[in-house]
Amino acid sequence: MTDLSKVTIQGYRRDNGRVGVRNHVLILPLDDISNAACEAVANNIKGTLAIPHAYGRLQFGIDLDVHFRTIIGTGCNPNVAAVVVIGIEPGWTQKVVDGIAATGKPVEGFSIEQNGDLKTIMNASRAAKDMVHYASELQREECSISDLWISTKCGESDTTTGLGSCPTVGNMYDKLLPHGIYGCFGETSEITGAEHICKKRAINEEVGERWYKMWKAYSEEVIFANQTDDLSDSQPTKGNIEGGLTTIEEKALGNLEKIGRTSQYIDILEPAEAPQSGKGLYFMDSSSAAAECVTLMAAGGYVLHTFPTGQGNVIGNPIVPVIKITANPRTVRTMSEHVDVDVSGILRRDMTIDQAGDELIEMICRTANGRNTAAEALGHREFSMTKYYRSA
Amino acid sequence: MSEIPHLLVHEQGDSVGVVVVEGLEANTDMLVCVTHDNSTFRLTALEAVPIGHKIALKDLAKGDTVFKYGEDIGIMTADVKKGHHLHTQNCKTKRW
Repeated sequence: MTDLSKVTIQGYRRDNGRVGVRNHVLILPLDDISNAACEAVANNIKGTLAIPHAYGRLQFGIDLDVHFRTIIGTGCNPNVAAVVVIGIEPGWTQKVVDGIAATGKPVEGFSIEQNGDLKTIMNASRAAKDMVHYASELQREECSISDLWISTKCGESDTTTGLGSCPTVGNMYDKLLPHGIYGCFGETSEITGAEHICKKRAINEEVGERWYKMWKAYSEEVIFANQTDDLSDSQPTKGNIEGGLTTIEEKALGNLEKIGRTSQYIDILEPAEAPQSGKGLYFMDSSSAAAECVTLMAAGGYVLHTFPTGQGNVIGNPIVPVIKITANPRTVRTMSEHVDVDVSGILRRDMTIDQAGDELIEMICRTANGRNTAAEALGHREFSMTKYYRSA
Repeated sequence: MSEIPHLLVHEQGDSVGVVVVEGLEANTDMLVCVTHDNSTFRLTALEAVPIGHKIALKDLAKGDTVFKYGEDIGIMTADVKKGHHLHTQNCKTKRW
């Protein structure tokens, strides 16, 4: 095994010291009604990326907080070089611009009221063109593997995820967290059935108690308050059941394999919240739906995502490379274009979890250095906002 | 391991194993491997079971607790015989 402390990657070191592995110029809508203008700018200026989404008007309270954290956090992500923000009115648009400007990266805001789409698109396109010139001259430089922030979430799980792909991610965390990376797992509802184990994987009792309180609050305030049936159609999902998973407990125990044997989480994050407690593993309170969860973790500042799948989830993200890992030989056979790391050898017992972890680390390095993931090559750019309740 | 296992079991004492080959047919003499300690034994599959689905390692009666990963994953809602398919038709969560 390579000495991981000496492994380097070629990344983009940003003004705030963080390291990115992609170099996007984003055209970022504050709200749903600014999507059209953003897409027009992205069409005008090659090398930019618009990320349309569904919300941003008349939200309030914690629902509005998570909206702003997600939009601002996405702009702040080190995989993003520069940002054009477009909103319907200048107040909230400026709030997003100010949030992103704190990183030191170029950011400009444009509002549509009293300008119209066409004038806004022209002005924003000029700014976006300058940003493309700026970003395209930035150079990758040698960075330590410990500069990476790596998140994880699994999807379309089956019994092979708990046997192969989730333990592979866990092995990676057990090896890389001691070298100073930031890690993140979440999926609050999907820990149901393994909550007694997850609580004990906290760094200390106080963090474990906080975690348990958060998990229980979701169960009581969301699941039990809103359920219309016994949840047997939602957790496990139809895809999970097709893949052989019978109960939420079975699914949760496989899911939790993603934090390995020795890793402990040091703090709990609100959805889309950036870590504040230094290097280590974090739990983010988040949905188990793939696109929502990866969007939140990307907004929290994570630059690479490891995604174990059994039946074959195809998700990607606009700004974060999503590395797919599967141990299911049928999925490798039928959906190979979606698989970055094939660990089906674990099921044949001709590959150990330790070897699979090493292969994942190698793919993380190659992806950080610029290799496009399957999801990037296939154009998967799912960006989904988390919503707590109906807008006003 | 020269022969590829048909069924993987997480822990000693688990009630079930997971089919890890495609097209498993009834009456297959399966090689079963317990991943925790790499120990092996043989078991006959008494029906065709799809990859990823579970087979009971012993007779289980309605009301019995099912163990996998050494943990409680649910309760039997119908009897199942050793070597048969164990899934939503005969097992459910105790939670909801």
